[in-house]
Amino acid sequence: MRVALFATCVNDAVHPATAVATVRLLERLGVTVDFPAAQTCCGQPQYNTGYRRETEPLVRRMARAFEGYDHVVTPSGSCVAMVRDNYPRIGRKAQAEGRGDAPAEAASSLVPRTYELTEFLVDVLEVTDVGAYFPHRVTYHPSCHGLRVLGLGERPRRLLEAVKGLELVELPGAEECCGFGGTFAVKNPDVSAAMGADKLRNSLSTGAEFLCGADNSCLMHLGGMLRRQDAPQRVLHLAEILASTEEEPFA
Amino acid sequence: MSGTFVGMPAFPKAAHDAVRDTTLRANLRHATHTIRDKRAVAVAELADWAALREAGRQIKDRTLHHLDAYLVQLEEAVTAAGGTVHWASDAAEANRIVADLVKATGETEVVKVKSMATQEIGLNEALEAEGIRAYETDLAELIVQLGEDRPSHILVPAIHRNRGEIRDIFASEMGEWGRPAPDGLTDRPAELAEAARLHLREKFLRAKVGVSGANFMVAETGTLVVVESEGNGRMCLTLPETLISVVGIEKVVPTWRDLEVFLQTLPRSSTAERMNPYTSMWTGTTDADGPTAFHLVLLDNGRTDTLADEVGRQALRCIRCSACLNVCPVYERAGGHAYGSVYPGPIGAILTPQLRGTRSELDASLPYASSLCGACYDVCPVAIDIPEVLVHLREKVAERGGPGHRLEKAAVKAAAWVLDHPAALAAGERLASRTRALHPKRLPGPGASQWTESRDLPEMPAEPFRDWWKRNRT
Ligand code: SF4
Repeated sequence: MRVALFATCVNDAVHPATAVATVRLLERLGVTVDFPAAQTCCGQPQYNTGYRRETEPLVRRMARAFEGYDHVVTPSGSCVAMVRDNYPRIGRKAQAEGRGDAPAEAASSLVPRTYELTEFLVDVLEVTDVGAYFPHRVTYHPSCHGLRVLGLGERPRRLLEAVKGLELVELPGAEECCGFGGTFAVKNPDVSAAMGADKLRNSLSTGAEFLCGADNSCLMHLGGMLRRQDAPQRVLHLAEILASTEEEPFA
Repeated sequence: MSGTFVGMPAFPKAAHDAVRDTTLRANLRHATHTIRDKRAVAVAELADWAALREAGRQIKDRTLHHLDAYLVQLEEAVTAAGGTVHWASDAAEANRIVADLVKATGETEVVKVKSMATQEIGLNEALEAEGIRAYETDLAELIVQLGEDRPSHILVPAIHRNRGEIRDIFASEMGEWGRPAPDGLTDRPAELAEAARLHLREKFLRAKVGVSGANFMVAETGTLVVVESEGNGRMCLTLPETLISVVGIEKVVPTWRDLEVFLQTLPRSSTAERMNPYTSMWTGTTDADGPTAFHLVLLDNGRTDTLADEVGRQALRCIRCSACLNVCPVYERAGGHAYGSVYPGPIGAILTPQLRGTRSELDASLPYASSLCGACYDVCPVAIDIPEVLVHLREKVAERGGPGHRLEKAAVKAAAWVLDHPAALAAGERLASRTRALHPKRLPGPGASQWTESRDLPEMPAEPFRDWWKRNRT
């Protein structure tokens, strides 16, 4: 089984710990992971802001970078949603507008092989207990793309529930958007901040030490607000919790 | 006279003030959460909801695909049943037709059934300019009209008002428009409803002309359908001598059988009721029963252009249930007025820029008034992929390059080059990591300063992941 890690541009540049944790976790489960250096970004920010044509080279790049791997795994639900939901659209439109079949071929090659981390663990590796140890109180925010576009459902919670020492507490209003939304946070800063503030109020009400999620872009927005408020809670990516063990606990 | 949306600021600016209005936010939050929870229960009761949703989507799509044929069929059926059909290409034409029809009756007053189409074209204001007074008879529309306010929700136009505010409006304004509110009116719902009932009854009994919209028009029989909860619609549709219905051309359905689907999905999606209390249907005119003259004004007003857009046309499937508003986190914080149109919320963000175009700053800002969380798509009973249309419309706005978009486009192009050259990206990442001690938590400049107004920037890591990989795994 040849498995490639798609780290995502945000994790590569800003949250390498999440990508490192993903590598350690998968290796612990016996998977040989590769990181093709030709990868960059899935194009989600550009696409969602209205620059569809500018994402076509990135669609082709993704397909080339991950050619030959059985599975492409990424610790970012929204990037998988970009591939699964939007790559076929980009491909169809490129064909319709006479710019060749390459994006469509890239999409059809990538879509069936691209997995969000929890999907890969539960559906492909068929594990829910990954042997993790994390003795903390945690609440989980299911990001919109994972929740609604990918339909991750109970997978992340089942993985968390199996973590030794972890106390999972219910997040009120869990399914509500945190207000990040990529460039939405910049173009509509007031509404974005109001949504984030409500999410944090709910999160802090749980008394959890960690607000866990499976998408670092949402966590970056929420974490930035938590730090600004000097709140007694930290955001943490699910992969980092799952990578933590008794021998090598989360730093 | 109720206010209009002309000259409104762009969405982010309008939302800026709404977000700070704590009463408004509390009213909206309470109302939308109550109805969204009830709706979820009402929908869960139907085991075949997914199939109904799919059927609704298909019926609407098929009808839109052959819209010209169904409209001609409808016109023939309405005419055969004794009605008169008028075609209006835009708001001005529709308003002129209605004003002329009212004037021909010699009347200077009309009673109205709540209708989005007549609000869309600003009919009340147009009639006022011709010396004709239009009385809204739906309770929430009445509150909006008396308060010289604008509607902020499709179904609950006064959703932003609480009981105390409504009492004050009734007490001070009702007398100006007809029967005054009783002395000592309190904010008890039953008392407020009774005051409205007495005030309206007087108007129903006096009115010679009624104006309505329609939720559906059945092509095979020429029947119009209005679905409502208060009974005011039934009064307006049966008591006057002349009935004028202004309806968007997309509201046609081929057969009676098709109603079976929507009469299940609409009430559950909109008011969380298994069935709405009043479903009124009328076909042309009938001797000695109901109005003796019936006019149908078929309204285009941007719909044909919308139909021409392959992705955007799905917005015309909308049955105006307002479920998408009630689940939208952006609508909940910004309120309906910020959308600057009679169609607020997610559907407004995709319908308004298509019907009106994106020339104004406000209309160009609407496709961005969403975090693309997808909650609207999940609840929509005709499965309109609102996020897909939003992104599609963003593309159109970005392409035209309005204010702010030229800079953005240049930045995206530059980024696209870097992202297609991994070596350049790696060098940039490395530089960012090495200079991380110098990075401030707050940034100046457009975009960055808005981001850091309420959030700290993330700290840059000591090294990017690709360097870790190189050191540890290769
Ligand atoms: S877009 Fe869908 S959910 Fe929104 S009002 Fe229209 S039919 Fe209802």
